[in-house]
This record gives sequence, structure tokens and C-alpha cells, in this order.
Amino acid sequence: MTAAAPPLLTVEHLTMRFGGLVAINDLSFTARQRQITAIIGPNGAGKTTVFNCLTGFYKPSVGRLTLTPPNNGGCFLLERMEGFRIAKDAGVARTFQNIRLFAGMSVLENLVVAQHNRLMRASAYSVAGLLGLNRYTRAERQAVELARYWLDRIELTGQADWAAGNLPYGSQRRLEIARAMCTEPCLLCLDEPAAGLNPRESAQLNELLLDIRGQHGIGLLLIEHDMSVVMQISDHVVVLDHGAPIAEGTPDMVSNDPAVIRAYLGAAEGEALPPDVAGGLPTAPPC
Amino acid sequence: MDYFIQQLINGVTLGAIYGLIAIGYTMVYGIIGMINFAHGDIYMIGAFISLVGFLLMGVLGISYLPLALFTVLLLSMLLTAVYGWAVERIAYRPLRGSFKLAPLISAIGMSIVLENYVQVAQGARVKPLPPIVHGGFELSAANADYHVTLSYLQVVIVLVTVGLMAGFTYVITRTPLGRAQRATEQDMTMASLLGVNVDRVVSTTFVLGAALAAVAGLMVTLYYGVIDFYIGFIAGMKAFTAAVLGGIGSLPGAMLGGLLIGLIEAFWSAYFSIEYKDVAVFSILVLVLIFRPTGLLGRPEIEKV
Repeated sequence: MTAAAPPLLTVEHLTMRFGGLVAINDLSFTARQRQITAIIGPNGAGKTTVFNCLTGFYKPSVGRLTLTPPNNGGCFLLERMEGFRIAKDAGVARTFQNIRLFAGMSVLENLVVAQHNRLMRASAYSVAGLLGLNRYTRAERQAVELARYWLDRIELTGQADWAAGNLPYGSQRRLEIARAMCTEPCLLCLDEPAAGLNPRESAQLNELLLDIRGQHGIGLLLIEHDMSVVMQISDHVVVLDHGAPIAEGTPDMVSNDPAVIRAYLGAAEGEALPPDVAGGLPTAPPC
Repeated sequence: MDYFIQQLINGVTLGAIYGLIAIGYTMVYGIIGMINFAHGDIYMIGAFISLVGFLLMGVLGISYLPLALFTVLLLSMLLTAVYGWAVERIAYRPLRGSFKLAPLISAIGMSIVLENYVQVAQGARVKPLPPIVHGGFELSAANADYHVTLSYLQVVIVLVTVGLMAGFTYVITRTPLGRAQRATEQDMTMASLLGVNVDRVVSTTFVLGAALAAVAGLMVTLYYGVIDFYIGFIAGMKAFTAAVLGGIGSLPGAMLGGLLIGLIEAFWSAYFSIEYKDVAVFSILVLVLIFRPTGLLGRPEIEKV
């Protein structure tokens, strides 16, 4: 992955204030196509707030969020769009820190509901679905096929008919990613996908994310505390502290950046860290 | 025995009507968690539109009964659906995300508005409609003391209701619209993040509920032959009781609850006292709320910690 890949998401001067509290202060960065961009930072740095601005939960106080999907030439200004259009038209999908599956629906249905808009169009807003028209049954079959494909990828084919809420935790995490992928996004935002996973599951997750980037050619935006995930798979890392960007670059550059080390370990001004501490930082998750 | 069978027939017919209205309550509750107290009045509007429709058929000289019934049914469903849509758009949508009581109060207001609007526009007097569907099946032996009759109209009511409910269940379980509806019901924000136009889904819910209420209104107009601007209140309350009895938020529950309430009302009137039939029905509401708040088919809401 070269740094010259075309931009997918350009965040310019993003500022989010809640009353007197400045959650994000003048953040600018670029996430490129076919790259995994990680946003890291200590707790309360404003990482999830960035996601909330991207997906229409918050209207940013200041700033511009431009999404340039690879294939249709146009661009979207996310901060001006209604919530559901960000997913439908711009193609931004998102997962949550706390899992938000449709617990009462089956695993398969969770994946099919994510393809709602395509099915609605094919079924002429359910009219054709009622009449059982050909075009609709074909679209429905394709939707199920895509869902089956993802079930296969996340190794849940055997549990397709389970209620999603009954799956084990790790499987729920993977299902959430699969569901987001079923919307066929061009940018996938993952909010702490490795939280609560054991090392084996977390390694599986890395593989899945690298696969998604490689085979589907979409951009990923990742918030993560688990440094083994961040350092192994990201192409580009943005570090936030107290809402302000403090460093940006490749994982290696960032992990050796004195400002980053200070933010995480709280070293006193002017006091140089011993090299072994600085070098060992990436593998120790800061909590 | 004959008397019992007659009451059973009456009860099922009544239950079918309550069931149709109850679906509107239960769906709206399921999707946005509010009791739409104006729903009973939507049903009353449906009844009035049907009445006007039948008069119109008379004026136009359409005397072939199935055609007239079908036209009025469509007309009534369509126009009532518009009312349902408008009520949601005007009174509930602006209040979404407001505190929980706000849409409820707004619903009560909407109910009063609709009642008074019809009272002013149509007059406060009871409106009669001469019987249109005559005849029926004689079910008892010719020499029996008590004649059990199953009128054609009762057959039509039950058949139409069963058909609509089957179709409706199909929409909810099999079509993308129904899937979106269930998703919205479980997690509105998440559904929206997957690209589901939540506002439209909620609107559709109101439209569908109103259309079903219109069918109930039409059938009541035919069945009883008299309507006035106030019928929506008591029928709405009973349908609400049916929805609670079946488990509010559950679609089969609303149908079952409607049937049970219809049967209870018919049997109570027949064997105990007709004056106290409403007392019987609303006692059920109290008992259900005390002993089984989730209703017969409702799932308990588990509070996550």
C-alpha cells in the first residue's frame, strides 16, 4: 500500500463542542482507499465522537467531512446528510463498541436486513414482493446468497437460523462486521472490534479485516485499544489526545513519536524515556 | 347448545373486528413504543368514509353488491390510510425524541380533534345505513326452539379478516418492508445506520394500521347499521385491551386478544348481563395488567444492566 492511494475520506478542521466541552478540536486527517486507518488515543480522547460525526449522530460544530467513493466520481459531504442516507447513498457502514445486533432476528436475517435498500427497490416497495414477482424473488435470492457468503467467511453457516442474541460474544462481533459489509459500503468504520476478544479470536479478526481490505477493496477506519491489532494491520495511524491530533503516520512512526509516548505514559516534560520503554510500547495495550 | 353456538358466532365476528383494530395499536407500540390513542378515531373515520362511500355507490347506481363492497373497501382503506399518515406526520413525528409522555398527550389531543372534526362536519346525530347484505345460513333444525343463524355478512367479516391477517403476517415476516419494520422495532438507530429510512418505515406502519382499522370501520357500519362520531372511543379502548391481553407489540397476540375479547363480550352479554359487558372487558384489562403484564404472547422485557 502506497501513501499515494486516492483519498476516500477527508476530514478537515473537524471540531465538536458540547456546550463548553470541546470533544474534538480541529482534527484533520485523510483515510485513503484500500487502506486501514486506525484512530488511537487514551480513553476520552474523542475517538468515538469522530465516528458519531461521520455517521450522522452528531452534527459537527465546525468542519467538513468529504467522502469520495471510488467508483462513482462524485463526493458526499457527510456532515450535511441525514443519518440513513449516509449508509444508503454514501456507503458508510459502522459497528459499535457495544454490540448492536438485532438480537431477536435470526443470524441470516440480520444480514439480509442490511440489504434492505436494494431489496426495496427490486420489490417496488414490497408490492412486487407481495405478488411474488420474478424480479423480486431473484433479488431476494441474491441477497440470501450474499448473506451466505458472509456467513461462510465468518464461519457461522451452521448457526444461520439461530437468534443473533444467542451467539457467543466473539461470533456476535464477527456477525456485526459481516452485517456492515452486507450494506456494500465503501468505508467501514469499526469501533473497537477487538474489545473483549481472546488472542485467538483477535488474530482471526485481523485476518478478516485484512481480507476485507484486500478482496473488497474498501477503506477501513478503525478505533482500537488493542495495539496488537492496530500495529499489525493498519497502514496509517492517527493519534488523538484530549480531542486534538498529536501524531499521524505509519504504525512505526507513531509508536516512536515522543508526543504519543507522553500521552500514553504521561512522562514528565523534558524527561527522556529509556529506549526499551518506548520500543516496547506498541505491544502493551494502554488501559 | 344452540344458544351457545349462536353466541360463539357473534363473538368470533366481534372478535375479528377488534382484532383488526388491535393490530394498529400493537404495531405502533412495537415500533415507536407509544400508545396511539387516536387509533380508535381513525377507525371511526374509516366507518364514516365507508358510509359516505355506500351512499355514493347508491347515487352512482352501482347495485352489484360485490363490486360496491369492494370499491367502498378500497376507497375507505385508501382515505383512512391518508388520515393515519397525516396524524403521524403532524402529531407524532415532530415529538419523536422528546420526553416519553409528549406523543401520548399529543395522541389524546389528536383523538379529540378527530372526534370533534367529525362531529362538526357530519353532525352529532347517529347515522343509519339500511342493511345491504341480507340473508344467511340456517344452522339449526327447522323445528328447534332457538334458531341459529350465520348471516352472510358474518361470513364475509370473518373471511376478510382472516385473509387480511394472513396477508399481513406475510408482509411482516417475508417482505423487505416487514424485515425493516422488525429491525426498526428492535433498534431504530442501528436500522438507520444500515440505510433503512426509519421515518418512512414508521409512516408505513401508521398507514397499514389505519387501513386495517378502515376495514373494521366498514364492517361495523355494515354489521350494526348505525354509527356516530363517538364509536371510536369505546371500540378503540376495547381493541387496546385486546392488544394488551394478547401481549402488546405482538402481532399474533393482537389477533388472539381481539378474538378473546370478542368472545368474552358476546358470552357475558348472553349469559350474564348486557349492561355490564364493558365492565367485563375492562376488568380483563385490569386483571391482565396485574397478573400478566406481558400478555398472553408477549415476551417479557428484560432490563439489561
